[in-house]
Formats: sequence, structure tokens, C-alpha cells
Amino acid sequence: MTAQWRNMTRSLPRSPQWWTPLHTTAAIVIIVLVLGILPVFKMGLVVNGVFVGGIIALGAIGLSLVFGILKFANIAHGDYMITGAYVAFFFIDSLLPLLGIEGQGLGPFTFGYPLLIALPFGAAAGALTAIALDVLIYRRLRERGANAAVLAMTSLGLAIALRGLVQIIWGVQVLGYPRESRQVFHLPLDVRIPPDSIFVAAVAIMLVVSVYLLLTRTRMGKAMRATSDNPDLALVTGINTQRVIWTTWAIGGGLAAIAGVLLAVSQAQLIPFMGWKFLIPLFAAVILGGIGNPYGALVGAFIIGVVSEVSTQWINPSYKPAVAFAIMIVMLLFRPRGLFGGSGSG
Amino acid sequence: MEFAGILDYAVGFVVMAGIYSVMALGLNVQWGFTGLFNIGIAGFFALGAYTSALLTGPPPQGQFEDYVFGGDWAQTAGLALGIDLWFFFGIATAMLVCAGVALVIGYVTLRLNEDYLAIATLGIAESVRLFFLNEKWAANGSRGLYNIPQFLEGLIAPDKYDYLYVVVVLAVLAVLFLAVHQAVHSPWGRVLRAIREDELATEASGKDVSKFKLQAFILGAVIMGIGGALYAHNIRFLSPQTFDPLLATFIIWAMLMVGGSGNNVGAVLGAFVVWGIWTGTQFMPGVFKDPNFRFFMIGALIVGVMLLRPGGILGESRRTSRPRAAAEPPAEPADSGSPPP
Repeated sequence: MTAQWRNMTRSLPRSPQWWTPLHTTAAIVIIVLVLGILPVFKMGLVVNGVFVGGIIALGAIGLSLVFGILKFANIAHGDYMITGAYVAFFFIDSLLPLLGIEGQGLGPFTFGYPLLIALPFGAAAGALTAIALDVLIYRRLRERGANAAVLAMTSLGLAIALRGLVQIIWGVQVLGYPRESRQVFHLPLDVRIPPDSIFVAAVAIMLVVSVYLLLTRTRMGKAMRATSDNPDLALVTGINTQRVIWTTWAIGGGLAAIAGVLLAVSQAQLIPFMGWKFLIPLFAAVILGGIGNPYGALVGAFIIGVVSEVSTQWINPSYKPAVAFAIMIVMLLFRPRGLFGGSGSG
Repeated sequence: MEFAGILDYAVGFVVMAGIYSVMALGLNVQWGFTGLFNIGIAGFFALGAYTSALLTGPPPQGQFEDYVFGGDWAQTAGLALGIDLWFFFGIATAMLVCAGVALVIGYVTLRLNEDYLAIATLGIAESVRLFFLNEKWAANGSRGLYNIPQFLEGLIAPDKYDYLYVVVVLAVLAVLFLAVHQAVHSPWGRVLRAIREDELATEASGKDVSKFKLQAFILGAVIMGIGGALYAHNIRFLSPQTFDPLLATFIIWAMLMVGGSGNNVGAVLGAFVVWGIWTGTQFMPGVFKDPNFRFFMIGALIVGVMLLRPGGILGESRRTSRPRAAAEPPAEPADSGSPPP
């Protein structure tokens, strides 16, 4: 009974077509226009918030997918992010220079084309880590019939262990991808856009659209939604749930790794602690959009990004995570199912 | 190292392990008995420690002390009772503050799915840390609070203070242990375990699940606050860095999981074992000494316990709530054994 109730509250939406990337884009444009027209808000902060939201979205969509299909909160998601970011760092800093590939300041960007080569490898590392940990650990726990709390607990242990590994290999000091300082783009209304943000946005949009197409247009996407709705029924229908789970991990881990690289690019630094700290905006976005609803997570990410960025106009910028947390608490008070309600409501 | 040195070290070890035992007991009430997933122990740890330190520490004097509110309330009030009553006042206030914060967080999140609580506790821990880091007027920002007073300071030579404090810590631990033991063996504790096993069934049998969860969450947070206060008066220095997630949250989880969640003896045992591993490895050669390796080890310990021995060293003892008198009709819905609290 409990299990069924969980499935109802935490499955992917049955028919996600009503909420498409088109709607999301429209929503973002409206948010930006509304906030931008109000003279109290600095347009620049709103625009930067959208870029931050793009990074949060990549993490939050994966987190929400994992939530929807595996039914537990993956506390290690932030550490999948830094795993990818550090593997990319290894490529840029150590491996590629050996092959004579180095450089920074590609076009208008601060980074060089090694980053473009390293990015897919970082993503692959994130995806493979996620799958490997599932094979080694989560699968055994599932076979034993462990409940969601045990899985979440294990992911907490994995989060610590993964970060420990990263620290053993790369140390705790602040690192960064090689960069060359670049002029920011000046737009009207005092909007200043660092060129890297354009890259971040482009990658984020591409990936979000790909995930959308995968979920709605492919057999695997259909199987994922079916598994999310009712794992037992999906298994009986002949869906290979194990493959669905691995695909979910691959998407979640890969997106997280790319989010990690983009975060390191946009913050111009790389610290092992970064991933754990990023969990708060990630989960805030997931909860805002309704747990297990990746489209909701997308919108939630942009709201969290914009609001916490705009809040710096009045509040000490280091309180940004606390602002994300506050939004989440307000949300839980008034609409505990999230803006779009997990699919259970529909 | 001669015998006295070893003894000094051992006593210092017991003090810290005892304080961690208190934290593990608090977590056991939340996770072990009720299944509440609190990954922001550091928040309550810090709240307890800072509250007690601010109320009892010396008022700000030096040019590097930016905080405006500083304690020594006993002296201000002209109280000279011969015994250091401020210590209990500090602990009591720490308990109150933790209870208040737990009430707010619990009220918002406990009505919902268990995952929300985890995220909310993570958020509160980070918010508390950011508050103490940024609000210099409150707790001196990153410079931290120092010269936090010790309980019954003048009674014993400063370098032997641990011998006195170990008694204090163990006494507090014993009181809390008995209190928690009584609580979880009462009908109240049985409801908590029922919630942990099957929330819907508990709700269906007429228990107000959210209320019980809220009570357990607050009780756990209060115990963590006591642990924080004990810690502050032992280390005598607090800064936001003191409460990094590793030593203020993760290690306590490792302690509870290793010792055996749902078992109070296990919680205390786990605290001693894991703190022993943690402090012991720094004397070991090579990679074990590397703090990053020890970080990894804490995570691996948790995963290993979950995989290989989900019950921890001791695990929860199975107990029947009612003696199984086979053919006896269900005469009275009595609670066997444990007296009501």
C-alpha cells in the first residue's frame, strides 16, 4: 500500500506533452519581461539568473528523473557533478596537453577548445560513475528490497566517499580551468553578459531539448515513463526495467557532470565542496516543480536561479543558498506538491 | 609516551567520544526510531554550541571582536551562587533554541514525504552556517568566538581539566541515555517505531503521525543542541568552519550506522568506535594519515554498513510489544513491561 502511494506521488507525468520546452521558453520570457519592466529589479541580475537557472536545470532534471524512476532522493547528485567537472579538469590540465592540445580564449570565451573535447568525456565519466555505482551498490540493495530511506542513506555515504576520492586525487585547494579574461557583452538596461554564459545557455538548451525528445519520442522514453508510473506493471509488460534504470542513471549522471563543468566555467573555479553546496538549489528546483516531474524541475530551476540572483540586490550575495532554501520552504507551506504538482494530482 | 600521557590522551578521547555519543543518541531518536532523515545535524550542533557560548562567554572587548551581544549573564545579574549555574543556563537555552528551529522546520516538512525533511535539514544547516559566517554582530563572523568558559573552571589544574569534564560529559550522556531509553520503550516510543515501519498503517490505527514525528524530531534536535553546548565548553573556540558537514554531520551518521541504528547502546558504541577509527588513523603511516582518505573512509563506512550489515554492529533488538501468551484472548490493550514516561 505504501509502495503504491509512493508511486502515485512520485511518478513522471503520464502525458508530458502539455508542458513542452516551448511553454518553458515562453514562461522564461514572461518572467524576464515582467521582472525587467518593474524598475525595482536590475535587468542584469534577472538575465544572469536565467543563466544560473540553466545550470541548475541540468542538475535538477537528472535529479528529478532519478527520483521519478528509482523513488529516492539522490544525495550524491552534487558529487556526480564535481566528479564530471574534475575528470574534465584532468583532460584539460593533464591529458590533452600531452597530446599537444591546449589553449584558452577560444573566440569570445575564456576557455579554449580543449574544454569542448573534455566536456563529453566529463559527461561520460559522470554517466559511467552513476551506472557503475548502480551495478555495484544500488542494484544489490534493490534486490534485497531496501526501502527509499535506505537508498537515500546509501547515496549520502556515496556522496561523502566520492568527494573523498576527488579530494584524494586532486586535493582540496581551489583549481580552475585555464582561462583568459574576456570583455563582457554590454547590452542596454545595464545588462552585462559574460561570454561564457552564452556557451552555458547554448549547451543547456541543447541538452534540455534532447532530454525532452528522448522522453517523448523514443521507445526508451516511453519505457521510462511507464517504469516511473508502475515498475511492477512495466516489468510484466516486458520492459527491461534494469535497462531503464541504467539509462536513467546515465542521463542523470551525464547531465550532472555537464552541469558541474558549466558551473566550474561560470564560477571560474573548481572546489570539491561545490557539489554538496549546489544540492540546495538543485533540490529547491526539484521541489518547486513537483518531485519526480522533470519539466517542473526545469521551470523550478529558472525560478530559483532568477530569484536568488535578484535577491542579491538587497541581500548579501553569500546568502543565495539560503534564499533558495527560503523559496522552497514557502513553496512547501502553500503548495507542497510543487507548482505543477507531481503527477499524482493528475 | 609514559602512562600519564596515555591516560591524558584517553580521557580527552572519552570526552570527545562522549559528546559525539550525545549527538548520535539524538540522531537515533530521529532516524533510528522514527525514520526521520536529518542530513543537517551540523545546523543543530552549531545552534546549540553558539547559543551556549554566546550566553556564557565573556562580553566583546578586543578590537577584533565585532559581536555586540555577549554573555556572562550570571555576573551581569550579580549572581554568585558558588557553583557554575551558567553552564546549565547555557545548555537549557541551547535546548530551547534547537527546539524552536526544529519546530518550525518540522512543522513545514513533516506533513510531507520523508525526502522533504532531508532537504530542509540540509538547507537549515547551510543557512545557520551562512548566518554565523556573515552576521559579525551576532557571533563574530569567521573570526569566531574564543575564551568560551569551562564548567567549574577553577576546581582543577587547567591541563588536567579533561579529568573533570569527562565526568560532566559522561553524566549528561547517562541522563540522556536513560531518558531516551525510557521514552522509546514507552507507548510513545512504540508509536515512533510503528511510524518508521509503516506510516499509513499507523495513521490508520488512529495515531496523529505528523504530531509524533514532530515530537521525535524536536526531541532529537534538543539532544543535538545539548551535544553542541557540551562541545563548545570543551573546545572553547567556535567558528563557522568548526561545523563543516564532515565532522558535524557525516561522521555522526557513520557512528549511528556502524553502531546500529535503532539501538541506543549501538549509537554510543558506534560513536566510540568511529571516533576511535577517526583519531586512530592519524597515527597510522602512509595513506591513512591523509585527511582526504579519512574523508573517503567515512563515506565508505556508511555504504559498507548498508551493503554488508544493515543493522550495524549491534542492530536493533527485536522485541515483542506484548508477551506472546498464545491462546489468551486480547483481554486488555495493555502495554507490557515499560511504564509510561
